[in-house]
Amino acid sequence: MLEKDYQLERRKYVLGGVAFLVIVIYILRLFSLQFMNEDYKKNADSNALLKRIQYPARGAISDRNGKLLVYNQPSYDIMIVANEAKHVDTLDLCRSLGITPEWFEKRMAEIKDRNKNPGYSRYTQQIFMSQLSAEEFSNFQEKLFRFPGFYVQKRSIRQYVNSHAAHILGDVGEVNPKEIEDDSYYQSGDYIGKQGVERSYEKKLRGVKGTEILLRDARGRIKGAYQGGKLDQAPIPGRNLTLSIDIELQKLGERLMKGKLGSIVAIEPSTGEVLCMVSSPSYDPHLMVGRQRGKNAIALSRDPKKPLINRSISGRYPPGSTFKTSQALTFLQEGIISPTATSYPCSHGFRFAGLKVGCHGHPAPLPLIPAIATSCNGYFCWGLYHMMNNRKYKNVQEAMTRWKDYMVSMGFGYPLGIDLPGENRGMIPNADYYDKAYRGSWNGLTIISISIGQGEVCLTPLQIANLGATIANRGYYITPHVVKEVQGEPLDSAFTKRHYTMVEPQNYEYVVEGMRKAVTGGTCRAANTPMYEVCGKTGTAQNRGQDHSVFMGFAPRENPRIAVAVYVENGGFGATYGVPIGALIMEQYINGKLSPASEEKAAVFENRTISYGERAR
Amino acid sequence: MMNEDGQRGILRSLDWLTIAIYVALLGLGWMSVCGASYDFDQAGDILSFSSRSGMQVVWICTSVVLGALILGVDERFYESFSYVIYAGFLILLLATPFLARDIKGSMSWIKIGSFSIQPAEFAKFGTALCVARLISEFDLKLNKFRHLLVAAAIVLVPMGLIVLQRETGSALVYLSFFLMCYREGMPGAFLFVGVAAVYYFVAGIRFSQEPLLDLPEVSMGTCLVLVAVWLFSSGLTYVYTQLRKPFWWMMGTGLSVMVLSFLFAEYVVPFDLNYVFMGYIVLMVLYLLYLSLRERVIQYFYIALFAIGSMGFFYSADYVLYHVMEPHQQDRIEVLLGIKDDPKGVGYNVSQAKIAIGSGGLKGKGFLNGTQTKLKYVPEQDTDFIFCTVGEEEGFVGCTVVLLLFLALIWRLIHLAERQIYRFGRVYGYCVLGVFFFHVFINVGMVLGLTPVIGIPLPFFSYGGSSLWGFTILLFIMLRIDAGRNRLKRK
Repeated sequence: MLEKDYQLERRKYVLGGVAFLVIVIYILRLFSLQFMNEDYKKNADSNALLKRIQYPARGAISDRNGKLLVYNQPSYDIMIVANEAKHVDTLDLCRSLGITPEWFEKRMAEIKDRNKNPGYSRYTQQIFMSQLSAEEFSNFQEKLFRFPGFYVQKRSIRQYVNSHAAHILGDVGEVNPKEIEDDSYYQSGDYIGKQGVERSYEKKLRGVKGTEILLRDARGRIKGAYQGGKLDQAPIPGRNLTLSIDIELQKLGERLMKGKLGSIVAIEPSTGEVLCMVSSPSYDPHLMVGRQRGKNAIALSRDPKKPLINRSISGRYPPGSTFKTSQALTFLQEGIISPTATSYPCSHGFRFAGLKVGCHGHPAPLPLIPAIATSCNGYFCWGLYHMMNNRKYKNVQEAMTRWKDYMVSMGFGYPLGIDLPGENRGMIPNADYYDKAYRGSWNGLTIISISIGQGEVCLTPLQIANLGATIANRGYYITPHVVKEVQGEPLDSAFTKRHYTMVEPQNYEYVVEGMRKAVTGGTCRAANTPMYEVCGKTGTAQNRGQDHSVFMGFAPRENPRIAVAVYVENGGFGATYGVPIGALIMEQYINGKLSPASEEKAAVFENRTISYGERAR
Repeated sequence: MMNEDGQRGILRSLDWLTIAIYVALLGLGWMSVCGASYDFDQAGDILSFSSRSGMQVVWICTSVVLGALILGVDERFYESFSYVIYAGFLILLLATPFLARDIKGSMSWIKIGSFSIQPAEFAKFGTALCVARLISEFDLKLNKFRHLLVAAAIVLVPMGLIVLQRETGSALVYLSFFLMCYREGMPGAFLFVGVAAVYYFVAGIRFSQEPLLDLPEVSMGTCLVLVAVWLFSSGLTYVYTQLRKPFWWMMGTGLSVMVLSFLFAEYVVPFDLNYVFMGYIVLMVLYLLYLSLRERVIQYFYIALFAIGSMGFFYSADYVLYHVMEPHQQDRIEVLLGIKDDPKGVGYNVSQAKIAIGSGGLKGKGFLNGTQTKLKYVPEQDTDFIFCTVGEEEGFVGCTVVLLLFLALIWRLIHLAERQIYRFGRVYGYCVLGVFFFHVFINVGMVLGLTPVIGIPLPFFSYGGSSLWGFTILLFIMLRIDAGRNRLKRK
């Protein structure tokens, strides 16, 4: 039997107590780790959870007849995991990718430089080469097994079905720092619309990015979805756009404008839909995609003919005689002239008080309708002179303000609000402007040239085409727009509202008749066709160099389907380029095709170039 | 007849409470292994034998069978064969380095077929049986130095052999047998001096480069050691001498000197107040020596010696570490103590372990929902750092339950040991609880960043057959001995 030593037995309390103490200290320590500090939780999440953005498909773009114009095409990025790519035959790789060993070394140094590439890790995929085309990729893919550590990541880039309508479609590129600052939606490396509808409809096209929360192990490898993907958000695809552009019409327009500077704009008057919008010179939208984008964009921006500028909405041109229609409407509405009773003299122009505005030879004096048909300068100079000196206005300033109001009501002087970036407002002078320019001493004669679309007046080709549309509509226009439909959304009400001019419909009939006469027996005879009634007005805008050739018209006369403006820089008489080109555009749109004779004519215009040389502009 | 009676007697006198704790720990342990070895990629069957959680089921089942077998053997067998078992293990341990393959620098694993076993895990119960037999057979009085030396030798021989296998962690576990020695009469001062030495080394060197609060020139490590020397000396004076006045005198003067010099350094002129503390300790030693001469009490002399020895130990350890050891040895110790940050090594392990546990919060992320352990942020996540999984998936609640279960086990083992009528059973019982305590203390402490990182498993939690079998054998022999206690009384 064991004799008890009670002195020693007490030591069990010491040992039990020590164990108790240790456990209590550990529990307190656990308490401080698990409750006192949120950092551990954050650390754990940033350790293990990788938020990966899932990019939505960008909306596709098609023309008014549903023909696909822009879609997404897979492109391929070559990724490298440095840690796995140690034993790669670099020379073989360079040959397969068509790069030089120097480029390879330089690129690897860039990837590993944490200043340039803050997210670098030896264990994760880094972009080695971006945006390989399908052919380049398929060449490389066959050999991929020879290059451990190299991977291919699919991305999506824009692809264009054909090479037209670059200015309308625009392009996408990587966001710049300012765009990131302006909209927190974007992150470095994202794509954003840079021009055209890609830019103006960016928010519709881009959709909503999704997120995917992934589990990442200690070496950066992805180990599946966090909580089975419960917290993931699927991306919402962008909305598809249907343009109001008729791509066949656009193609014809671009053909006809080859070798010339200028613009064609066609509008469906009843809806304000832009049917074609040509700006020449144009460029191939394919240039703005892929690895060569940066280089191409710089080359295009340095081209002296400025192909990147959309002249249809950004170009400011004197409208020339096409502007006379707006004058006639204003004078009629203000009662300055009577549609039939008023005739003004014209002896090879407007001559008064030593001032002369020349005109071509035609019978004189003329009433309004033949004056429009023959484009008589004298008639409209007198008209403006009488308006500016009319007693019903207190002074010339008030008359001028009145005049300006008419112009603005017709869509001049301010941007029309088309759904494309970069629209110019044009120029409509007002009384203040002349007060400043002439220090208060001016009168109707001083400003007489604005009545014939010269002088200070400048319009964009879009505004000229819109003038055609208001006349075709007999008094109103709908803000021109290039997007007919955004998938699943009603059209913006700004593009359905009618804007009435200050001129009553009955006054439009006289102008329409004048424009009809111009086609049947005036300056626009070349546009005449038995198929439908064309109304038109030429313009020959004076300029420091050769005159600009302008045409504005619409067809058919009743229930017009198309209003068109053609502006050919330095094209000479309106009848030289403007009228025939405008006629072909109308025919193509109304008939859906060109007759063989017209096709021949189109081929002639396609090949006719205007030499611009080194003009002092 | 006797056997039948014995069998029924065993079932009746078996300590079912310990068995319940054992089963609970096994269950929680298995859940943790599932959590730690679960792969999100192959979220398949946790019972598949290709996975560690599936294999752990095999280890658990075999352990239970093993436990039952142990209970079936007469308890006198263990006592009778203790020397043989011990000798067998010594031979095995001696042979192990020659049979073993090198696994991460350790030579402790013997491969049998497709399994590997670690003899060091089993040698513990052999050593425990042997030391228990020796102490009870020869009625060793462990307060006698020669007797203590004999007992220590039994423990230190296998320990040395395991060190030779380069398994320092497993070897250190044998130090836990000194807890038993303390219970069996070894002077508490021995244990105290040992603990004090570890404290001086760990605290002194760990914090030697860190400033004390906002006093840059004061080494916190040195300060912690000096304060401890003063407190320990005062405490020893209280415990081992009769007079109360010297104790209060030492406490009072020490406290005032420290507070005053601290305030002076903080608010008047900053200076290294460790010199003041050191001067104070010199004065204290002189005072103790004076007392020993005046009162003719040898204890004062010993306490003075302790203080001098403490200072000597601390400064020589510092000197040895920084002036005698090779740089790579220095590195190892510094990393072990957490002085050096080693992002890929021990420092990384501990910081990731803290992140894993800290992210668990109150209730944890739920079974199989932990991310840190499964995604291998915590290394050794299913063996030495298994407690991280408990922390991450079961949270504070789960951790507390586990720790309280271990505390219950240790207390219960104390109770079982103390109710033995023969010294053999009691000594063995204390050996068992010592081993469990040491494993829990070091393993959980290391995961919580409180103790140095020593790679030893957490009983019943860490993945692996050897350690699970080892702990089961250790515990069930104790249960068997305990179950036979009444029969022995009858004789």
